[in-house]
Amino acid sequence: GAGEGKFGLGRVALPEEIAAWDVDVSPDGTGLPVGSGSVEDGEMLFSEGCAVCHGEFAEGVGNWPKLAGGEGTLANDDPVKTVGSYWPHLSTAWDYVNRSMPYGNAQTLSDDDVYAIVAYILYSNFLVEDDFVLSNENFLEVELPNADGFIIDDRAETEYTIWRTEPCMENCKDSVEITMRATVLDVTPQEEAAAAQAAVAQTAAVTEPVAEAP
Amino acid sequence: MSDMLKPSRRAFLRGSAAAAAGLTAAGAARANVPDPLITEVQDWAMSFGDGVDASPYGLPIQYESDVVRRNVEWLTADTTSSINFTPIHALDGTITPQGCAFERHHSGAIELRKEDYRLMINGLVDTPLVFSYADLERFPRENHVYFCECAANTGMEWAGAQLNGAQFTHGMIHNMEYTGVSLRTLLTEAGLEAAGDLSDKWVYVEGADASSNGRSIPMDKALDDVLVAFKANGEALRKEHGYPVRLVVPGWEGNMWVKWIRRIEVTANAVESREETSKYTDTLEDGTSRKWTWVMDAKSVITSPSPQAPITHGSGPLVITGLAWSGHGAITRVDVSKDGGKTWETARLAKPGEKMALTRFYLDTEWNGEDMLIQSRAMDETGYVQPTKHQLREVRGENSIYHNNCIQTWHIMPNGEAENVEVS
Repeated sequence: GAGEGKFGLGRVALPEEIAAWDVDVSPDGTGLPVGSGSVEDGEMLFSEGCAVCHGEFAEGVGNWPKLAGGEGTLANDDPVKTVGSYWPHLSTAWDYVNRSMPYGNAQTLSDDDVYAIVAYILYSNFLVEDDFVLSNENFLEVELPNADGFIIDDRAETEYTIWRTEPCMENCKDSVEITMRATVLDVTPQEEAAAAQAAVAQTAAVTEPVAEAP
Repeated sequence: MSDMLKPSRRAFLRGSAAAAAGLTAAGAARANVPDPLITEVQDWAMSFGDGVDASPYGLPIQYESDVVRRNVEWLTADTTSSINFTPIHALDGTITPQGCAFERHHSGAIELRKEDYRLMINGLVDTPLVFSYADLERFPRENHVYFCECAANTGMEWAGAQLNGAQFTHGMIHNMEYTGVSLRTLLTEAGLEAAGDLSDKWVYVEGADASSNGRSIPMDKALDDVLVAFKANGEALRKEHGYPVRLVVPGWEGNMWVKWIRRIEVTANAVESREETSKYTDTLEDGTSRKWTWVMDAKSVITSPSPQAPITHGSGPLVITGLAWSGHGAITRVDVSKDGGKTWETARLAKPGEKMALTRFYLDTEWNGEDMLIQSRAMDETGYVQPTKHQLREVRGENSIYHNNCIQTWHIMPNGEAENVEVS
């Protein structure tokens, strides 16, 4: 055992083991490895490994996430949330790409690859020029547009104080009207096999009383 | 006759009320003639059933085949980063059977043997440690029942009534009895002297899967009631629920219940990972967004009758039942309305509410066969009253995606069918 803890269970983690698993990067740059990558290299890497889902310009394909665009849409009816329009910290992009992308083939990128891909995502969001090179040295100089767009959970002030009251039990409304119906949209999954079975059941239920009538 | 055992499925899928009418007529007809199920000796009363060697680990009987997880294809781009739904419309009590308890993965349900499992604790600790699965079983254990609700549960309903069934509108939830080691015990084993003042420290937790699902948790919570769990409802965790070890974070959004947990790092600051910046942040009407909305507020839903569980028995005695829960503590009361919120009756709790766990409620009532707009409204021990969707929208707008704990309305029609609706 480790010898220091209360139970002496487990063993000391070795530096190589910690280095292998502790790869998270924080907004202040903690965890960022030495390295660099250009928009130009990033464009090639992105085209090879990312564009099939995220599009050549990081604009997204089908239902797959858009990584670029959507500037100024956060207060719209349908906000488009991308690295450029929504994400607060570049560290998150580096960290997430490095650890979890490409989807289905994660943890296959070198540090320099990740710098290059992140540089290309910045370029796709019109945040840097096409000759930009991102490195551990200039990383913190990049500020994302929505860096100040987040507030810490304020429900205690904006909601709980209002809704911690004895609720109405009688005569709570003058009238009640249905204003929306889910069946109008008709997007709930139905099951084909079950539907066929249900049709059989319906027939049986309808004919049964006839058959059993005295 | 097996069809008679599945009224809810049949009624959910049929297009008209003809089947329900036929069923009622058949029952009435039988009242006047001897029932052959009684007067004729049935097969099962004469011959053998299955031997005890037939199913070493059993599954539900075939007639319950509709009590299954369902997914909604159009919700996500791929099933490996997606969600499915617990069939809460068909369950009762509070414990969710693991086999139909919802799943949410970000890179699929991975297979991780106990022999291959490692848990690392590092960062601002006195001694960074590695535990094997066997090590974890040697620490003192605790047992607790808690709900795990996805932050996005009911999220598709923000802009209107969309999916027709409690399973789809409220089924990103399960409630299990967990066995595990308190996170406090494991952090103490690594030693927290090196962390100094603990009040401003964090733990960053991540899974062994490709998505990692890393999340930051403030130290106060980590030392309070977080569990590193390896059993649920008496047996090992299911693969899709984090086998062999997951984090249990009572009352807090499901995303933080990191599955296949491989590393716990004590940090000076929040990592602000993808799952707490791009996702699991809640955009308000003015375009700013809340972050770190960890707690799941008090919520409830009537599970029956509901669109997938219509009334098939005609008028007369009716059991209205559902679930209530709160991330702030115990449920103390649930009110039910049958007229869209004009008047309310206080329902009966099957058992006193338990902290951060599902609570079953019943309203034993009479149905006269007329339209009803049924709703439930939960209250928790902090005095918080579950809000309407209008109240939530007033504060947040319609683009929060997460944390929709609004009062749900089902429209019960004279034929007993039910529909997901919004009311004024």
